[in-house]
Amino acid sequence: MSTQPPTNTPRTLSQKVWDNHVVPSSTSDAADNGSALLYIDLHLVHEVTSPQAFEGLRMTGRTVRRPDLTVATEDHNVPTENQHLPIPDEIGRKQVDTLRSNTAEFGITNYPMGHKNQGIVHVIGPELGLTLPGMTVVCGDSHTSTHGAFGAIAFGIGTSEVEHVLATQTLPQLAQETMAITINGELPEGATAKDVVLAVLARTGTSGGIGAIAEYRGSVIESLSMEGRMTVCNMSIEWGAKAGLIAPDETTFEYLKGRQHAPQGEAWDEAVAAWRELKTDEGATFDREIIMDGSECVPHITWGTNPGQVAPIDSTVPNPADYDDAGEADACTRALEYMDLTPGMAMRDIVVDTVFIGSCTNSRIEDLRAAAAVAKGHKVKDGMRTLVVPGSGLVQEQAIAEGLDQIFIEAGFDWREPGCSMCLAMNADRLAPGERSASTSNRNFEGRQGRGGRTHLVSPEVAAATAILGHVATPGDLA
Amino acid sequence: MEAVRIVQGRAVPLERNDVDTDQIIPSDWLKQVERTGFEKGLFSEWRDDPDFVMNKEEHAGAKVLLAGPNFGTGSSREHAVWAIMQYGFEAVISPRFGPIFANNSTKNGLVCVQIEQELGDKLMAAVQADPQLEIVIDVEKLRLEVPALDIDVAFAMDAQVQHRFLEGLDDIGLTMQQGDDISAFESSRPGYMPATSA
Repeated sequence: MSTQPPTNTPRTLSQKVWDNHVVPSSTSDAADNGSALLYIDLHLVHEVTSPQAFEGLRMTGRTVRRPDLTVATEDHNVPTENQHLPIPDEIGRKQVDTLRSNTAEFGITNYPMGHKNQGIVHVIGPELGLTLPGMTVVCGDSHTSTHGAFGAIAFGIGTSEVEHVLATQTLPQLAQETMAITINGELPEGATAKDVVLAVLARTGTSGGIGAIAEYRGSVIESLSMEGRMTVCNMSIEWGAKAGLIAPDETTFEYLKGRQHAPQGEAWDEAVAAWRELKTDEGATFDREIIMDGSECVPHITWGTNPGQVAPIDSTVPNPADYDDAGEADACTRALEYMDLTPGMAMRDIVVDTVFIGSCTNSRIEDLRAAAAVAKGHKVKDGMRTLVVPGSGLVQEQAIAEGLDQIFIEAGFDWREPGCSMCLAMNADRLAPGERSASTSNRNFEGRQGRGGRTHLVSPEVAAATAILGHVATPGDLA
Repeated sequence: MEAVRIVQGRAVPLERNDVDTDQIIPSDWLKQVERTGFEKGLFSEWRDDPDFVMNKEEHAGAKVLLAGPNFGTGSSREHAVWAIMQYGFEAVISPRFGPIFANNSTKNGLVCVQIEQELGDKLMAAVQADPQLEIVIDVEKLRLEVPALDIDVAFAMDAQVQHRFLEGLDDIGLTMQQGDDISAFESSRPGYMPATSA
């Protein structure tokens, strides 16, 4: 009845985490296609994808099975200025009010605007120690893969599944293939975690990971901090993977120790002992593998309208004629038209009017430190609009304690309050038609940052250098 | 959800790759707390253009959305599925679907038919040439049929999903029948797992 293989069969990390969460059925034989009912350890909830799920519970007379494994926050549509005042946008305010009343009704902890624990769902889970190795984590948000940085299986779900998890704390899941992204060697000078995942996208396009849970591994991945690993795992969905994860190690344990909800004392020792087993066994095989070298991960930038349309900053805008596939050539033509770019122009010649540093990809303390280090002692280009949006109240507090806010303000950046902000333009932070941004977020889709807006995805370091020079630049260009 | 056995009708040919869920329904439409009214947001940034394919009279009332590869990539917003269904589509055909979109479709009864790129290209050209072309998607037999083109091919659907489509079943109810199994699993969870309560 159990879908678990004999324990002596070598397994990958994701197979181990998956097997540990299969709810055995006492009434029916396990499906022969490997699908399973998975238990969910942590369910993150926000205002945009949950109202219809709570409404569904009310309509069917169901309740929340495990409010103690569920946590909510307000992030997607909140303003990043004057959060102590009522939200000016009436529809957005109603959605936030609905989250507050739903979480109160069903007994779920919610961190509202102004609370130090409030922030982007994928920033607060890890920093509160709620995201731990070996867990299953879900949220009605496609960037839930972020939590895979801790060796968790974490994936985005739709609102029907949000309702399913609220009611049952489980999800029926189809079997997934296993995939390895192995990046050997070391990172080149000036390269960041963002460049690692952009380089993966350059290899895979937007669909290379469909149907798979991917494990990032190799010396480059091991060398990354937890913040960097979160940046990499965050964009797994952009290349189509169901989830992306990284085996926990000393870096992981060091990050977690002492965090608010992390185990303490003897429970900590017990947990670490269990977490040390969470790695791909010698002899285990992956259904698919991509092997890369760290030298591929030079600073990258997107030039098109999906994250797979990406290239090194040292290169030029591609030509539709370079593509063999007619559909891809057409997509390139369409993207260049939308982005108003000419084939062959140098990436560094792209002039931007807006810089956004933030989002669940790059709004953690380390991202802000990196951007501040570049900005320090410089001034942003005249006329440049710049937003620095910390990922959470705790990141904001830490940044202020370190004086990062003052560095940004002195350099002419606009220092804001926490939220998703210009990543998806559900609040007032948005591009006007024709405006162009360098953005540390995760999606450069048409209209993503505002109708008619044009987005180039970059690292925090490149975003800061670009804000200062007014055109696409790396920190090295500031010398 | 309502049972779906056969989708039969004309198609709208949406000939472009990489249509992400931000294009299907832009984020401005996501602030609603209701589950209805999203048809107005479907492709709203493109529908202002009178030449946009969905605005053409000959495609009014089509039940099938014929898309290029990588349809529904990106954001997990189920609003994309709601918008497509509330507009009147009952099925989407594409060589490749975004995984979360495809999964969300199975919770609402929107039939996603994944076909070979070559067949997709052929169908796209055929529907563009003849907007009246009749397409039949049989969920019971898992066949895609286009009689006028002599096309009759199988498509894949998970057996449990197919069962729910044919019977119109709510999968939360099905899972709740396993309440005792879930309780048994819960009693075996490690003691160090955190609770969210402050």
